[in-house]
Amino acid sequence: MQPVNSSVDSANPILEVVHEASHHEHSDNRLFGFIVFLLSESVIFLSFFAAYIVYKTTSLNWLPVGVTGLEIKEPTINTIILVSSSFTIYIAEKFLHKKQLWGFRAFWLLTIAMGSYFLYGQAVEWSGLAFGFGDGVFGGSFYLLTGFHGLHVFTGVLLQLIMLVRSFFPNEYDKGLYGIEATSLFWHFVDVIWIALFTLIYVWQ
Amino acid sequence: MANISIDAIADLPPQSEQPEDWRRFFGFSTDHKVIGIQYIVTSFIFFLIGGVLAMVIRGELITPESDLVDRAVYNSMFTMHGTIMLFLWTFPVLLGISNYLVPLMIGARDMAFPRLNAIAFWMVPVFGIILMASFFVPGGSAQSGWWAYPPVSLQNPTGNIVNGQFLWLLAVAISGVASIMGAINFVTTIFRMRTTGMTWFRMPVFVWTVLAAQIIQLFGLPALTAGAVMLLSDLTFGTSFFDPAKGGDPVLFQHFFWFYSHPAVYVIILPVFGIFSEIFPVYARKPLFGYKVVAVSSLIITGLSAVVWVHHMFASGTPSWMRMLFMATTMLISVPTGIKVFAWVATIWGGKIKLTTAMLFSLGALVMFVFAGITGIMLAAVPVDIHVNNTYFVVGHFHYVIYGATVLGIYAALYHWFPKMTGRMYSEGLGKLHFILTFIGTNACFFPMHPLGLQGMPRRVASYDPEFAFWNVIASLGGFLLGVSTIPFILNMVSSWVQGEKAPKNPWRAIGLEWLVSSPPSHENFEELPIVISEPYGYGKDEPLVSNPDKLEVAHATS
Repeated sequence: MQPVNSSVDSANPILEVVHEASHHEHSDNRLFGFIVFLLSESVIFLSFFAAYIVYKTTSLNWLPVGVTGLEIKEPTINTIILVSSSFTIYIAEKFLHKKQLWGFRAFWLLTIAMGSYFLYGQAVEWSGLAFGFGDGVFGGSFYLLTGFHGLHVFTGVLLQLIMLVRSFFPNEYDKGLYGIEATSLFWHFVDVIWIALFTLIYVWQ
Repeated sequence: MANISIDAIADLPPQSEQPEDWRRFFGFSTDHKVIGIQYIVTSFIFFLIGGVLAMVIRGELITPESDLVDRAVYNSMFTMHGTIMLFLWTFPVLLGISNYLVPLMIGARDMAFPRLNAIAFWMVPVFGIILMASFFVPGGSAQSGWWAYPPVSLQNPTGNIVNGQFLWLLAVAISGVASIMGAINFVTTIFRMRTTGMTWFRMPVFVWTVLAAQIIQLFGLPALTAGAVMLLSDLTFGTSFFDPAKGGDPVLFQHFFWFYSHPAVYVIILPVFGIFSEIFPVYARKPLFGYKVVAVSSLIITGLSAVVWVHHMFASGTPSWMRMLFMATTMLISVPTGIKVFAWVATIWGGKIKLTTAMLFSLGALVMFVFAGITGIMLAAVPVDIHVNNTYFVVGHFHYVIYGATVLGIYAALYHWFPKMTGRMYSEGLGKLHFILTFIGTNACFFPMHPLGLQGMPRRVASYDPEFAFWNVIASLGGFLLGVSTIPFILNMVSSWVQGEKAPKNPWRAIGLEWLVSSPPSHENFEELPIVISEPYGYGKDEPLVSNPDKLEVAHATS
């Protein structure tokens, strides 16, 4: 137990002592740390992309027997929806900055809906494909890349749901918007990765 | 909360909410100093386990025949020895030393994310237990070497999904997650938690080297993680990323593996460079020669480390143009490294040298690092590498780096900061005995591997031609001596911690923020944060390090 400072004379001395006494994580640091995490995470995706490019350019039997290519129409619609959701989450953030909670909730919910639709679209696509995870390096690479990205979308939607629920508790965002900013940043990251992934897998066939 | 009274404050649990005695090291703590010591002690236990496996290896190799253990057991021994020594000893022990020192050295109260710090630490024993559990599953532990190259690592004679290789991959994946957590914490702490006046060029070199090392973790480790995920998928889900029979490419795994695992050696050696840079000025009583160049050269090493990995694959069907390119980049690393070596020599040159145990270990480590550097340049040259590839020459080279320089450097750090960490002085007599045994043991064990390699003795074999016997006997005796050398160290550390002479706050008259506070420092490190006004190596100069030294002594100093 630290002795309580005898010069306790400022406006709220006790809170200061308590604050001083515990090790805090500052909101700015958390956002900085989160950006560092995303930079690190992007290297995993880059590694998978590199593997995909190596396989595609060197493999003798690239596509599994009976498979001629991937259907691109539905994934394109999915892509448009996912990329658009980066704009809706941006608008939601703007509403929160202006302390307009219902505007925030509406656009936030719209983002959740769009992310969920993307996951639904991917599930439908997967169920209709004629090849599996074990069908050569193409099958493995396809499911690994889209699955790992899908896992990120799923995580993003979960984070968004948590933030939405949080908005119904009073004074939740008065002390900073770290959770919102981090979730939003994560969502933009997931979108950018998808654009690269879509180009690599669907456009470059 | 606003209505809380002074009396209520007095009733609050202690700040750390932990016992103040030795028991605090056995619980979940968010204090970077407790976590640092938890890392150091945990990793030392694994160091001893890895050492016992090394004794089995050297015991097997003391005679040409495969007569001590079964060949499969021998494969397990060198696989687990390498894995334990890297992932459960050198990485965690250096994380421990860094955890303890970095916040103190930059004038912070703790790491940026104390809880993340604690979680990252507790993942170390978890993955250690997973790794150890692999000895007890059908088929025993992984046998494919610490690099886990396919197709060997994809073999599964037992048919069980939970086999040694599976647990190995799982453990490495957990280790990777923990390391990335740690790296995020260190980078954020160093970027954002420096105290007033602690500019980049007032940071101790140790902090620079930790930053450089952790940047490698952030951008290298995910590549290994990607490779490990793909290998795990091949092993369990029937994919064929690395199975050539089904169109996979086993050499691609080598790229993933070495893209991280070569820079990993810099993750290990860079903080040791930092340790040298802290220790030489203190015991030579001189400023660090070329401080700024030494500091920045760490980042140059980090940058270059990303473009050298193919030198491990000169014999893997790598095209000639690529061999030439990577030979050149590998040799370039010797420039910033050489700058550091010359700076240390210039620091010691003409100094009033005091040969404490920490200084002896640093000097010994530096000598062995220079030797390792020379053999490293030889290995970077394609013709030499092709000749000695997969021989004991390579084993000798990296053990000079990892044991000669790194382990001795770690010992130097543990002795130098022991009074700060424990509040007690260590026994110089036992320390010097430890140094003599370690220095002789290291050279006796690892030097013979060079002539053995040049003569053509392959690595990873349990039996060999009798013409290699002479040097192998010497290497084994040296290895056993290294085992013995840990005894005076353990005795010294335990007895000094329990009943050593009480340490003042600055027993070495060193310059650095960590030496301005009590030994051991209080939970909050500094009562009032220091305001730094000069470079960290002002030996022989009159300028003070901080502008408020009288306010730094903590409220409940123990010394």
